[in-house]
Amino acid sequence: MSGRKPRLPIPKEELLAPGHRACAGCGSALCVRLCLKALGRNTIVVTSTGCIEVTTTPYPETAWEVPWIHVAFENAAAVASGVERALKALDREDVTVAVFSGDGGTVDIGFQALSGMAERGHNVVYICYDNEAYMNTGVQRSGATPPYAATTTTPAGKVWRGEMRPKKDMPRIMVDHGVPYVATACISHPQDLIKKVEKAKETDGPAYIHVLCPCPPGWGYDSSETVEIGELAVDTGMWVLYEVEDGEFRLTYRPRERKPVEEYLKRQKRFQHLTEEEIEEIQRMVDEQWEELERLERER
Amino acid sequence: MTELGPDVRVINGNYAAAEAVRLVDVDVIAAYPITPQTPIVEYLSEFIANGELDAEFIHVESEHSAISAVVGASATGVRVFTATASQGLALMHEVLFIASGLRLPIVMAVANRALSAPINIWCDHSDTVAQRDTCWIQLYCESNQEILDTIIQAYRIAEHEDVLLPVMVCFDGFTLSHTLEPVAIPDEERVREFVGEFEPVHCRLDPEEPMTIGPVGGPDCYMEFKKMQHEAMERAREVIGEVNREFSDAFGRSYGDGLVEEYNTEDADYIVIAMGSVCGTVKHVIDEERPDVGLVRVKAYRPFPGDRIAEIIQDREGVVTIDRTHSYGAMPPLWTDVKAHAPDVEVSSTIAGLGGRDVRPEDVLRAIKVAEEGKGTDEPVWINVNV
Repeated sequence: MSGRKPRLPIPKEELLAPGHRACAGCGSALCVRLCLKALGRNTIVVTSTGCIEVTTTPYPETAWEVPWIHVAFENAAAVASGVERALKALDREDVTVAVFSGDGGTVDIGFQALSGMAERGHNVVYICYDNEAYMNTGVQRSGATPPYAATTTTPAGKVWRGEMRPKKDMPRIMVDHGVPYVATACISHPQDLIKKVEKAKETDGPAYIHVLCPCPPGWGYDSSETVEIGELAVDTGMWVLYEVEDGEFRLTYRPRERKPVEEYLKRQKRFQHLTEEEIEEIQRMVDEQWEELERLERER
Repeated sequence: MTELGPDVRVINGNYAAAEAVRLVDVDVIAAYPITPQTPIVEYLSEFIANGELDAEFIHVESEHSAISAVVGASATGVRVFTATASQGLALMHEVLFIASGLRLPIVMAVANRALSAPINIWCDHSDTVAQRDTCWIQLYCESNQEILDTIIQAYRIAEHEDVLLPVMVCFDGFTLSHTLEPVAIPDEERVREFVGEFEPVHCRLDPEEPMTIGPVGGPDCYMEFKKMQHEAMERAREVIGEVNREFSDAFGRSYGDGLVEEYNTEDADYIVIAMGSVCGTVKHVIDEERPDVGLVRVKAYRPFPGDRIAEIIQDREGVVTIDRTHSYGAMPPLWTDVKAHAPDVEVSSTIAGLGGRDVRPEDVLRAIKVAEEGKGTDEPVWINVNV
């Protein structure tokens, strides 16, 4: 981080108290902590079942300094819809409603509720903390698991080579719902993330932010390396930082020189089984995706 | 049945439900259409569209989201309503436990309908009875008047500080939901006075006073939460009775003691125990042909008024339950609940009216005959069935 010029001061106030039970180096907990700084105290948070819910609220303790509710796994967007309309009925529309939901609770089991919330246009900031598998139950693949990643349900063997399907492109699906503000982010780029949350908060209607959150036990790297792994994801183009405001696409960060994907892959256990050919294939996929994003950027 | 008069309108059961919601002045409604509940959703939408009801309506994409949205809204501190039936209620199943576990005073109408397969849109009680262990208060209605009155009462019961549990108001699909009956519409102001303002005390999402709702509860505390729910459900018995009496004072109508309604039981040799609209048919049979028979209508299935029923059915020639559902591999649920409280009383079990099969007076007479012959005590007798 030392070489990067801070673009925006990070608010000092902590709304996620220390002492929660998340793993050391948890990218998702860092995501929540940073997002809450941008959301502020006048916020009601809805969380779906998952890592963040489980680690932050072991009764009678709570890490949440803002009002918080958890109902079930697949319905955070529906619960948030109810909270938002209740605030409207109470004439308290100044309060921000935010959702924190993992990739499983967003792209898989929570997909329908999120689609409904987006289509109905509820004024909710929906933040997906994406650690690319069901980490709370012990690293099973989700629709957001990237190709070739080994998980406990997509192990690498003689027949299977890890996850064999592409990662579900949830931000694009949200753009196609007509969601007025859609963005991707990564915990390694806190100013970018905070700025996006602030924009989401100011958006009239639904906003969706998909945050890549490296997971030490799930991805297989040392807990001190979370931010570095995030940076590598962004610098290799494995994860792209962009926003789509009212349908207009914009890259919010462009690596000076894209690093080879191998630098990202070789640091994680979940990709240890990859052959040279497979790494080359992933490189090709990333190159193609990058070209597509460059095209979108040029079209602006 | 309600006599015709100046404030009486001829309406169906679904309209009675929607009208009650309008009178109570609910703040947030989330509902998804399903036969035979659909007209409730339509009537409420019309009320809001025409400015007759000032409420937020969430056009959710499923029943799962309907109940989830009202959980969110209720936790934010407003009065909520939803309605469903059959498959929709089954889809809500998971969240029903959470609504009661969070102690949210949600009121839901259910137009009773059979569950698939085979898919069937007609009435029985398999949908709501299957939800009996979700810790929702369940109140079953016999008439459209009772639907309207019970929904009004339900808010008082659910929001009572001794209770704080959600309430399901159940009424038979088509038989009540789509059938016209005269219903006295109470005065709006008096209804609002009766239900009062909703002031959540224990649970509210408010940035001024941050609260964590729905945390993880491990083996060290889970049982305590569940026992407290049990105690709230037990206290609900008293509250249901109290609200029934107060409703009677305010509007001149009551339904038994609020939990059980007795009809001709005093000197009856035989007792029929049933729930819902079939009770009207039983009363008709008693009036026309069998003055020696009495009816115990179970209005509150949860909390179950077992002790009261056990008292009533002592020392009779015969007792028979009519279940409109079954617990396959065991005895039917209503029979089982009665027997749990009256183990020494011989009680016959019948199953009738599944999937909208009419329960005609002759079917009620058959059920009584089962009791007369002392059958159905260890295996249910299926009434009017061809296999």
